[in-house]
Amino acid sequence: MTNAAEEIRKIRPHTIIALVEDRPGVLNRIASKWRQRGFNIESLAVGHSEKPGLSRMTFVVDSDANAEQVVRQLDKLVDIVDIRDISHEDVVVREMAIIKLKSTKETRSQLIDIAEVFKANVLDVSPDSLILEATGDEEKIDSLVTLLRDYEIIELVRTGRVAMIRSSEVSHPELPEEEQYDRYPGVHTW
Amino acid sequence: MDNGDKKEYTGAQMVMESFIRAGVDTIFGLPGGANLPLYDVLERGGVGINPVPEGVEPKSYPIKHYMVKHEQAAAHAADAYARITGRAGVCYATSGPGATNLVTGIANAFMDSVPLVCVTGQVIRALIGRDGFQEADIQGITIPITKHNELVLDVEDIPRAMQQAFHIATTGRPGPVLVDIPRDTLQQKGEFYWSDKVQLRGYRNNGVAPDTNEIQKAAEIIAQAERPVILAGHGVIISRAYDELLKLAETANIPVITTLLGISGFPGTHPLYLGMPGMHGMYWNNLAINEADLLIGLGVRFDDRVTGRLADFAPKAKIVHIDIDAAELGKNVRPAAAIHCDLKAGLTELNKHIRPKERMAWFEWIDEMRRNHPSITIRETDEVLPQFVIDSIYRETKGDCIVCTGVGQHQMWAAQYFWYDKPNSFVTSGGLGTMGFEIPAAMGAQVAAPDETVWSICGDGGFMMTLQELATIDEYNWPIKFAIINNGTLGMVRQWQELFYENNVVSTPLKNPDFVKLAEAFGIKGLRAERKEEVAPVIQAAMEHDGPVVIDFRVTYDENLYPMVPPGASLDETIDLPSTEPAHAGKQEVKA
Repeated sequence: MTNAAEEIRKIRPHTIIALVEDRPGVLNRIASKWRQRGFNIESLAVGHSEKPGLSRMTFVVDSDANAEQVVRQLDKLVDIVDIRDISHEDVVVREMAIIKLKSTKETRSQLIDIAEVFKANVLDVSPDSLILEATGDEEKIDSLVTLLRDYEIIELVRTGRVAMIRSSEVSHPELPEEEQYDRYPGVHTW
Repeated sequence: MDNGDKKEYTGAQMVMESFIRAGVDTIFGLPGGANLPLYDVLERGGVGINPVPEGVEPKSYPIKHYMVKHEQAAAHAADAYARITGRAGVCYATSGPGATNLVTGIANAFMDSVPLVCVTGQVIRALIGRDGFQEADIQGITIPITKHNELVLDVEDIPRAMQQAFHIATTGRPGPVLVDIPRDTLQQKGEFYWSDKVQLRGYRNNGVAPDTNEIQKAAEIIAQAERPVILAGHGVIISRAYDELLKLAETANIPVITTLLGISGFPGTHPLYLGMPGMHGMYWNNLAINEADLLIGLGVRFDDRVTGRLADFAPKAKIVHIDIDAAELGKNVRPAAAIHCDLKAGLTELNKHIRPKERMAWFEWIDEMRRNHPSITIRETDEVLPQFVIDSIYRETKGDCIVCTGVGQHQMWAAQYFWYDKPNSFVTSGGLGTMGFEIPAAMGAQVAAPDETVWSICGDGGFMMTLQELATIDEYNWPIKFAIINNGTLGMVRQWQELFYENNVVSTPLKNPDFVKLAEAFGIKGLRAERKEEVAPVIQAAMEHDGPVVIDFRVTYDENLYPMVPPGASLDETIDLPSTEPAHAGKQEVKA
């Protein structure tokens, strides 16, 4: 790896995607590993996947973490069907934010102008407030939020990053069928 | 798919039937309100669902249950049973306090990669989450210390859960699995469903074929090495790769160092065997690792007690690492060749590419280190030294026994002064370091190997932690020989107080009971040795007695354990004996 690439790897947080069993306690197990192994999580998004019984999660670990250890330790969990680090892949990345702002007759149109620039939707308008919905990568959401700080943000909620590999490549190729592997050794002598 | 019989069975019967199909013949446990249905069907054995299944020996019908006095002992006994037999150890506990009492034992098995299946009763489903009497969220509690666990809420899920539990526990890197079943689920009736194949799409840490490129790379590195050492860990024993390790060492002419848990994975009196490395390892081993140009790690996880200060570990060595757990490869050290597979399979493959090579200069250097550094010689004195007692047990038994230990100075001495020629004959708590392991571990080992003599080398501190099990030992009349290395102190802790806390000895001296009378109160023969000349005759008397014996060896209070790498120091800062200066290996380089 070149030095420049090494630098980028260091400053960028790692994006990891996983296919997990949709069972009670799964998040508990994953969170327990994060906590015990000291992995710092910046964001987490989970929801149903295209496969019944399986959820897909995207999470972002901070740049200090040893992403290889994160993946290998989590892969040991039986409930994680597949997991991979896609930080160096060609991916599409999105995040959604819903922002409730204080608005008056004077500021409402300014806010709507900003929303248009960022292709954000107006979800709700009341005499003294307004709710915007914005989708994009983190940088876009960050700059929108920065602009809106000039007005009064009442509440802000962000989903965290979701990511997917570009082109027709499948994130989690079908796993080979496993074989039974017994370990019933007898008594041994040299 | 075999759907089994269509009859209706209770959950408890299904648990028993699953055991029989998994080949279980031994359970350690303690009954209570929530797991009573399991005990109700215990005596009825095979529950009459069907005749003895193919491949299961009739003697495992019915399953033998050993009632312990505390659940921690059930877990430790099952742990030792599993280490000796290579099959999963099984233990039972009730809900709440019964289940939480297992926790130490489960954590111990988890750290040492021991296959364990723990079945706990849970409060009835209607009470779960409502703080019912004796309710504890044991699934939640044991998430970080089990390989997998499950709360089974549907009776027809029991066979699947049990089958998966055994599969997960015994394959790949073994570990404990806990299955928690509510009392009413155990009593509920349903159809017994058994699949021919374990279906687990998320579980594949599982007997992968070794990567041929990495094997080639490893073979080349080994062929080039002038100063190689093998560091063999618990993986050798778990994978029963004794012959393959022996072949590698003898063919390539490489000295073998075993970690604490790797002891008895290589013949103890073999000329290539160097003993244990690390914090209390042999001096020459630590220097050899420091000086080596190749370190072959076989089924090891490069624990801090082995490596010392990680940054200075094996500074001149390339590392070849074989392990079944991918997460261990590159976790603590960066291997030049990393082979992810079962050790037996990996070594078999690797051995095909190994060529003989003489390494005279290297062996001469090691021999010189061994000559010049006294490490494990026993001081001449009239006092009873703990090392002398352990050495005497080795001489009197001729090493023909299984040794179980607790944790502390006596454990390290049992690793240093006993040479294990019998494969898998050393049972000790390595990763977790559980004092009190020695008594229940000896029980499990004795059940697993009824024809062997089991010696339990105990610390007086650890003995006090699980001695209630003497009642169990008396009940089943297991002829275990307990050698209490009684120095009247928590020796290892006192040693640290002396060395690192300005000799501020606090809360480590022990006011012990009279261990001979104590043994007698449990109906067990008690013996004592207070003088040097009494040691050998007492060991002989214990061996001749046809039943359990507790021996109180009154040893010196202030003997300290050496060699020692101070915590946080590197291996080349090993202190051989308190009287010697730490020699830096850098000054003693191998002459090419």
